[in-house]
Amino acid sequence: MSLSTPAPLSPAAAPSPAAPGPGPSPTAGPRPRPVRDALLLARRTYIHHLRVPSLIVFPLVTPMIFLLLFRYILGGSIVIPGVSYVDFLVPGIIVQSITFGATQTGVGLATDVGQGIADRFQALPISRSAVVAGRVLVDTARNLVLVGTVLVAGLVIGFRPDTGPAQLALAVGLATGFAFAFGWLSAFIGLNVRHAEAVHDAGFVWVIPLTFASSALVTVDSMPAAIRPLARLNPVTSVADAVRALLLGDPAGTATVHALLWIAALLAVFVPLAVRAYQKR
Amino acid sequence: MLFDSTQVSANAGIVVEGITKRYGARTALDDVSLEVPPGTVLGLLGPNGSGKTTLVRILTTLIRPDRGRALVAGRDVVADAARVRRAIGLVGQHTAVDDYLSGRENLTLVARLLRMGRAAADARAGEALDAFGLSDAADAPVAGYSGGMRRRLDIAATLLTQPEVVFLDEPTTGLDPASRREVWTLVERLSAGGTTVLLTTQYLEEADRLADGVAVIDQGRLIATGTPGQLKRRLLGDTIRIRLADPARMHDAVDTLRAAVPAGGLDHDRESVDVRVPDGAAVLPDALRRLDGRGIAVTAAEIRRPDLDDVFLALTGHAPAGDDPTPDARPRAHGHQRSHA
Repeated sequence: MSLSTPAPLSPAAAPSPAAPGPGPSPTAGPRPRPVRDALLLARRTYIHHLRVPSLIVFPLVTPMIFLLLFRYILGGSIVIPGVSYVDFLVPGIIVQSITFGATQTGVGLATDVGQGIADRFQALPISRSAVVAGRVLVDTARNLVLVGTVLVAGLVIGFRPDTGPAQLALAVGLATGFAFAFGWLSAFIGLNVRHAEAVHDAGFVWVIPLTFASSALVTVDSMPAAIRPLARLNPVTSVADAVRALLLGDPAGTATVHALLWIAALLAVFVPLAVRAYQKR
Repeated sequence: MLFDSTQVSANAGIVVEGITKRYGARTALDDVSLEVPPGTVLGLLGPNGSGKTTLVRILTTLIRPDRGRALVAGRDVVADAARVRRAIGLVGQHTAVDDYLSGRENLTLVARLLRMGRAAADARAGEALDAFGLSDAADAPVAGYSGGMRRRLDIAATLLTQPEVVFLDEPTTGLDPASRREVWTLVERLSAGGTTVLLTTQYLEEADRLADGVAVIDQGRLIATGTPGQLKRRLLGDTIRIRLADPARMHDAVDTLRAAVPAGGLDHDRESVDVRVPDGAAVLPDALRRLDGRGIAVTAAEIRRPDLDDVFLALTGHAPAGDDPTPDARPRAHGHQRSHA
């Protein structure tokens, strides 16, 4: 190749830089298009998942291992009054696994920052939230696949839900909403810890206590008295209770409201914090 | 021609006034002021950690200055950051391309983010791949590209639109000589097309070849500005180093050379003599002839062009300070690979 005889990069082939298209536009600033920008960047992360299968395989395998461990190894010694343990367990594993899955958002963003590609995106005239939002969107979609996989795997190992289409849809919707909200929290942590491998390790530091000190795998009543208030307050508890009640046909009103409030609160706090952290990094 | 020059407006240059940036106790930039007239190339010369990258990051709106103000393409980098972003192109110190995407996908993504429609973005990406000699590898993942190819893709992405002002942060660091010449050719083309260019470099040779003006930065302070020629004149030009076969003849050799080059600065150790002269090539043959005439055997003779160390020695009296390999401005993720050819 040679740069001495380049084919002309003719501006005529692209929209004129002075027109509403790309290029310098000293007078009128362009209309922000945060959704379009986020979807374009989401497509990039989506392509990563197609080309690097381990990005999808490991997040799918992890909950399967938890499911089997708790169903067959630990489950025999766990007694939940009024319900078979596998019926209690599967909704809990769904919420636990999306919480784990959300940590990938932070790792991915830290990697972008470390490789300098974050600078390229930030120097482009795109929406300030687009890079974070694009990644959260893909990770949420991947978590949705996770929810479906855990549900099917649960049916295979004896999970017998008692639910209608509306309740099922609401349960999946709550799980997805929680995954989305947690993605922003994870993004905030990833952008502050920065070092991709450290972000990965940090994920375990906050996600393991959060999911184990919740009603995801055992009842809060079975925990020591000192832990119970915290475990009841835990957003994972609210979402696990709601998803479980919806899938098992129990009254789900209060738990659903709590879960929705948690999702709204997490989004209200961590969307602006994550966007700010991305710009200030 | 690669680039359309009709877009360049009268105020398309760079004006920096009293920019200061601190990171905790460390002052990364201390009251830096400079000006890059529209359509010219400024070479910002300095060692690692001197503040070059920090200044580029401020001018490209990636970080904000603590004090001072800067106009890029006539727009304030803080108050009018969104418009500055539409007028500039940044080629960062680390190649900003996505390893898992193909070259074509990388360019299409950036073109789409620049608000081009799907068809226009595809067409533009295709043109850029041709122009930068990447057509053959266009659809292969970038992970398999060489360092030079990654750099070309990186620059192609920056130039998808015609930026008024282009920033290149050490664009040739880590490149093989052929790729380095390609980048040089490219900068010359940009400049010929009327684009304003700010280029940071550690190589005096690079600034000399490409830049209309040079600014030397050391420990966050601007210590000299001028044309490359002015800068070199302050350095007294080249150094001729002559190594003697027999150190015992050093005294004779120094006398001979002093007579041969009366105006030159002269310095010697046990085995070799350094003579500083404006133009080494003009002096060396005569100097060698005279030594030969006195029967003084020479084992080696070289002309050393001034490098960054000499610039700093001449300007500050000390060698470049920030010799640590950490890029300035901020820590990078561990395990990150610089691009290598």
